[in-house]
Formats: sequence, structure tokens, C-alpha cells
Amino acid sequence: MNDARNDGGANSGRRKLLGCMAWVGTGLLWTVSGGVPRTLGLLGTARAAQPMPGLTFAQISDSHIGFSRDPNTDTPATLKAALDLVVAQRPAMLLHTGDVSHLSRPEQFDIAAQLIGATGIETHYVPGEHDWLEDNGRPFVARFQKGAQQGAPDGGFYSFDRDGLHFIGLNNVADLKAGGLGALGARQLDWLKSDLAGRSASTPIVVFAHIPLWVVYRDWGWGTEDGAQALALLRRFGSVTVLNGHIHQIMQKVEGNVAFHTARSTAFPQPAPGTAASPGPMKVEPGRLRDMLGVASVTLTRGQSRLAVVDTPLGA
Amino acid sequence: MSALIARRRAALLLAVLPVAPLAAEPAANVTIDNFTFTPALLTVPRGTRVIWTNRDDMPHTVVSDATPPAFRSHGIDTDETFDVMFDRPGRWGYFCAMHAHMRGAVIVQ
Repeated sequence: MNDARNDGGANSGRRKLLGCMAWVGTGLLWTVSGGVPRTLGLLGTARAAQPMPGLTFAQISDSHIGFSRDPNTDTPATLKAALDLVVAQRPAMLLHTGDVSHLSRPEQFDIAAQLIGATGIETHYVPGEHDWLEDNGRPFVARFQKGAQQGAPDGGFYSFDRDGLHFIGLNNVADLKAGGLGALGARQLDWLKSDLAGRSASTPIVVFAHIPLWVVYRDWGWGTEDGAQALALLRRFGSVTVLNGHIHQIMQKVEGNVAFHTARSTAFPQPAPGTAASPGPMKVEPGRLRDMLGVASVTLTRGQSRLAVVDTPLGA
Repeated sequence: MSALIARRRAALLLAVLPVAPLAAEPAANVTIDNFTFTPALLTVPRGTRVIWTNRDDMPHTVVSDATPPAFRSHGIDTDETFDVMFDRPGRWGYFCAMHAHMRGAVIVQ
């Protein structure tokens, strides 16, 4: 594994900045520069507020609607606060990287769908394991992936093109094997191969999936068993951005032309790998919770290198 | 598959009916703490009802690792339980389908 890095670690500049934020939902703005997407700034900062040309989209993750314990007894409120931030940036679309709900219950899906739907922003979802608890994920697919060009019936994975970018929503929470990590499975990998076949290597690719595609921490199941096979299929592309959730904290790394990023949760933080007995919700001091939740807002601006880079992918 | 009867019960109900749930039926308990089944290996006589109780503040599942699964819970939220009547001898492995690194087994004698 390369240099996976936790946000609370060496990146003290960002940590300092986050410490100043009083509201939920930090965000990252992005540009494509020299084929590699770079983060531009945190939402709410002066720099991020500058208008930028190009496709802007936001990422939210791990809303866990239905969770109502320490440290967050009102997950709809923090989702709403995150969405307010997203709306203020007027992105062209929104990606939700899973765990929309806590227990796949219809009323939890309802609340999330209503809050997110009220933004009026086109939203694309992939499931988290909390969304896949009933009937092989069918309720999630039926509600949150309506109209998607499914890679397989009820598969929960699909792709679409937008402004010259190719977006791929993967499902690595279905049919997990005992003792294993997240998994894509042979059927999805076959589809991915055919989905990518014939595409020019210069097409920027954005992959979004719930569990990190690389192995962040095996002991906690934070990784995808066959993620490397998916990445092998993506290797020939000049610009690949992989956006994940699941671990409720920001991590990033770069491997060749592939930049990996995980988003914060809109519900509760989880501990850094190995720093607690288990990856359960991290208890935080009252008043600090919202500093640890977030939104990644992404602006992909092709050919614009003049925009300042606040957070550059490692090794880029 | 038909030899195993699984069901889910609200925590509230258990509070009213203390631990050993049904009259003459032997029962054994597995707790889930810190993303771990304890005991991970449970040996019981035939005809025992095994009850899993989730003490974590995250939900888990209990899913047989047989193909097809011999039993499968819904999401078991905090302080909720799930139980299975084991009336066939053998080794019944299971895992949490949400956190697949969590594994356990029931040996029925």
C-alpha cells in the first residue's frame, strides 16, 4: 500500500482550518489540471466562494438516517445542514456514496429522499451496507437508482457521461463473503470491463463507491477484496478519481493516475484505523460534532490550472 | 434449512421476558460487542435456541455462511436480538453480512 494518510495526521494545515469551522460540512472543491483532479479549497472559504467555470458536483456520504444515539441524535438535521452547504455552491449534481439510511427502513429512505430531493439537485447514489439489508438491496435500487443505466438488473451499479467525464457508480456492499472485505464480484467486474472498452484513455473517469476501493485497514474490513482488479481496468486512463465513503473521515492517496479520496459522514465520525477497539461511532465533545462531519464539493474544471490548490492529492 | 427456525424479537419484549425466553427450551447467548461475536465458538446440545444480542451502537447481522444461507437476520440494531433454534447437529458457521470480518460458529451436538 502506498501512503494512505489520515486527515488528523500530517495534514496539519487542513486540520487547523477545520478547527475554525463552526458549522457542519466542510467541502472540497476540485479542478482537473493536467489530467489530475485537484482539490481547490474547502467550502465556505473565500477561495472556494470564487465562481468557477466547468462542471461542479458535490459528494455527500454516510447520512445514516435512522441513527439517533451519541454523538448525533438528529441525523436528518446534520444531513440538512450539509445539503444547505451544497445548495449554496449550486453544483450541477450531487453524488451520495452510500449509507443513506441506517437500517434500510422505508421511513429512513423517505426522510433522506425528501431532504435530498428538496434541493432540486440531480443526485446519483450508490449503496452502503446499511442500505442493502433487505431483499438484496432491491428497495434501495428501486428508490435511489431510478432511471440509472444499470450494469445488471438489481445490481446497484451503473455509469453515465457528463460534460466529457465518465462517471461510474459501483456497488461493493452486496453479497460479501464471510471473513472478507467489501466486494465487487465477477459480474460487476465483467460489466466494468465492457463499460470501459473502447473509451479513450484521455476520458477523465470518476468512480464512486461506498467502501474504499483500496485497503485502508483490513482488520476493520475497510477495503475492497477485488478492488485491485477494478483499478487494473482503470490504469490506462490518464485521470481517474475514486470517491468513497464508509470510513467517516477524510483519507487520500495517489497511485499513478488514480487519486483516491474518502469523504466525511454527514452523521458521525469514526476513529482513525486502529485507534479504537472497533470502528463504531466516535464520541465527541458536544459542540465539536459538526467540525467532524462534511461534504466534499467537487469542481472539475478542465484545462484551468490558474486556480489555487489548497489540498493536492498526495504525490501528484 | 427447514430445521432451523429463525426469528427476530424486539428488545422490549426481552425486557419483559427475562433471559431464558421460552419455558422448557434450552437457550444460549452470544453477544456482539466491539464488532465481535462472543463467544465466537459456541457448543450447544441439539434443540437449543441461540440468541444473539447486539450491544454495539452500530447494527449488525447474523448470516449463515452455508450456501444457500441456513439463516439470515435483518439488521439487528443496538440492544435488539435475533435467535435461531438449532435442532440439527453439525457446525453452523455464520458472519455479519455488513462487517464480513466478524465471524462465529455454533456447534450443535
